[in-house]
Amino acid sequence: MTTMPDTQTVGDAGGADSDIILDVRDLKMHFPVTSGILFQRTVASIKAVDGVSFQVKRGETFGLVGESGCGKTTTGRCILQLYKPTSGQIFFDGEELSTLSSRQMRAKRREMQVIFQDPYSSLNPRMTAGNIIGEPLIVHGLVANKAEYRERVAELLQNVGLNPYMADRFPHEFSGGQRQRIGVARALSVSPKFIVADEPVSALDVSIQAQIINLLEELQEQFGLTFLFIAHDLSVVRHISDRVGVMYLGHLVELADRNEIYVNPLHPYTKALLSAVPIPDPVLDAQRERVLLTGEVPSPLNPPSGCVFHPRCPIAIDDCNSNVPELREVAPGHWASCLRVPGYGSY
Amino acid sequence: MATLLQVTGLKTHFYTFEGTVKAVDGITYDLEEGETLGLVGESGCGKSVSALSLMRLIPDPPGKTIEGEVLFDGEDILKIDMDEMRRIRGSKMSMVFQEPMTSLNPVLTVEKQLTETLELHMGMSGQEAKKAAAELLERVGIPDPERRVKQYPHQFSGGMRQRVMIAMALSCNPKLIIADEPTTALDVTIQAQILELMKGLTTEFGVALIIITHNLGVVARYADRVNIMYAGKIIERGTAKEIYANPRHPYTIGLLNSVPRLDLPRLAKLQPIEGQPPDLINLPDGCAFRARCRYAIDKCATDTPPLTTLTEGHLTACWRSEELGDAAVRAAAALPAEPESAPT
Repeated sequence: MTTMPDTQTVGDAGGADSDIILDVRDLKMHFPVTSGILFQRTVASIKAVDGVSFQVKRGETFGLVGESGCGKTTTGRCILQLYKPTSGQIFFDGEELSTLSSRQMRAKRREMQVIFQDPYSSLNPRMTAGNIIGEPLIVHGLVANKAEYRERVAELLQNVGLNPYMADRFPHEFSGGQRQRIGVARALSVSPKFIVADEPVSALDVSIQAQIINLLEELQEQFGLTFLFIAHDLSVVRHISDRVGVMYLGHLVELADRNEIYVNPLHPYTKALLSAVPIPDPVLDAQRERVLLTGEVPSPLNPPSGCVFHPRCPIAIDDCNSNVPELREVAPGHWASCLRVPGYGSY
Repeated sequence: MATLLQVTGLKTHFYTFEGTVKAVDGITYDLEEGETLGLVGESGCGKSVSALSLMRLIPDPPGKTIEGEVLFDGEDILKIDMDEMRRIRGSKMSMVFQEPMTSLNPVLTVEKQLTETLELHMGMSGQEAKKAAAELLERVGIPDPERRVKQYPHQFSGGMRQRVMIAMALSCNPKLIIADEPTTALDVTIQAQILELMKGLTTEFGVALIIITHNLGVVARYADRVNIMYAGKIIERGTAKEIYANPRHPYTIGLLNSVPRLDLPRLAKLQPIEGQPPDLINLPDGCAFRARCRYAIDKCATDTPPLTTLTEGHLTACWRSEELGDAAVRAAAALPAEPESAPT
């Protein structure tokens, strides 16, 4: 077992080491692009995640936002070891995950669970809700007999606001919001410490979204959970997260407390992202300053040189296309990777 | 401004094995020339079906527009024959769909798809149409249009495909464009680009626009007037300013309260609308929203509230709309805000 070194690192959350449940260091996930039929050669790589570092404190909700293809889901999957990262280290509770054997990892998965985006495709249509929720209990040997199993499933259903008699129903008999509740109950079944919630509400209707968000917050309080909340909806992330990281093209470009990042965004991408969200008030919305980005997100197959955001950045200077800005602490607890941010310094 | 579209008592039902789905159940509204109307509601409330009914694109069977009148540019388009309708569709009235990948033909070049409508509706020759197609792409902000026009849809990104869709919709100088969730499949920064483009072009050419969406923010930014739909009916209608500043239907109030907002102090807890939307096959008597409504009274269970005028141009379908103007009544159900600074 490799223990966590005590050095001050990028994306440091502050506080004692025992407060840190998850420490991601310079995580890289490059997917190979191959060519040829018999002898497959790697001709290029997609840099889905390219050097991401952050820490998650025990009991907090860390929000990861960004547009599609920015690597937020890949980051979540690497943390769960569903992908084997190309390089970088992930410490969970002080233990580096990549050094664990698959047997040790399976035991570790009891402590880290996931809630998926699509409540329609992430539940097995041939299993009853009860069996979906109860399967992890059997896999990890957490129940001794049938009676205990049934009791635990009923309890989990109640935890997520469903009725225990619904255990015998199949997923198609539930609405979208109810299915997502089943997904939450499944994640809770093994009493995890840490849950990766990958876009848990984006497939749901507005009025149902609020129900699920409230449920997640209640459960967090009740069971002392830590969440990594991955989403593209900035208003939802602001509501649920304690700290927020903004990703762009495989890089973490800004990281700060929830209030800080929304009141005082520093990175030009964060500013553009925030101003692109229309707020439901026509009078106020008309008064807001808007940064409209030109162009589209470049391909991670061939990312721009220097700062990956520079081709779309409204304030880019010459230095930006030659130097890759690292994430630096520009104000206490506020990290950004932009040369133009006051307090960033030079190379 | 003259009225471009007048929809009266439109009903579209689907006849399925389980029973009759009343997807659109008697909606009435009008649209001025050059106006932008937002059609808001959750999935299954009938907003897309009502738009498809205007285009007469409801698959029959199982669907059928059984009642109502749609006066478009002085003509009742529910009464004209299909040949006549085909002449209107794509020329005077066109549509932008949600999924740009599935609504473009993957085996034809963008040029082929654009010139088809131009030759058919505008009577252009092949050469003229090709030239016009490239111009259209340029107008919707696609760089290098002469080269791009020869490409296939898969060579375009999601945002670019939606631009192609907009170019197609604009190609025959329509009077009305119906955009069904035009940006739902796109990222926020691209969404902003596409909506700015649509708004800019429709203002420039004086085209009326119906935006169908579930995003309340999009409607606030771009719509002049708003129709809020629930269970196949319009339950509130008014100018965007009025609806957002002074919502009077409990569903509208609930929707506005349930979304976390970037511009307000963070709430300790969100206020969801409890429960689920009703089953459109077995709609209860009375108001369809009753079961989820925190203001429901006995009358709501027996009598369906009609869409009535509250103030000039602001209509609601609720028995208690008058009282809901009273802030005290609404505050009784609201939760306190967490004392935190609000971002701008």
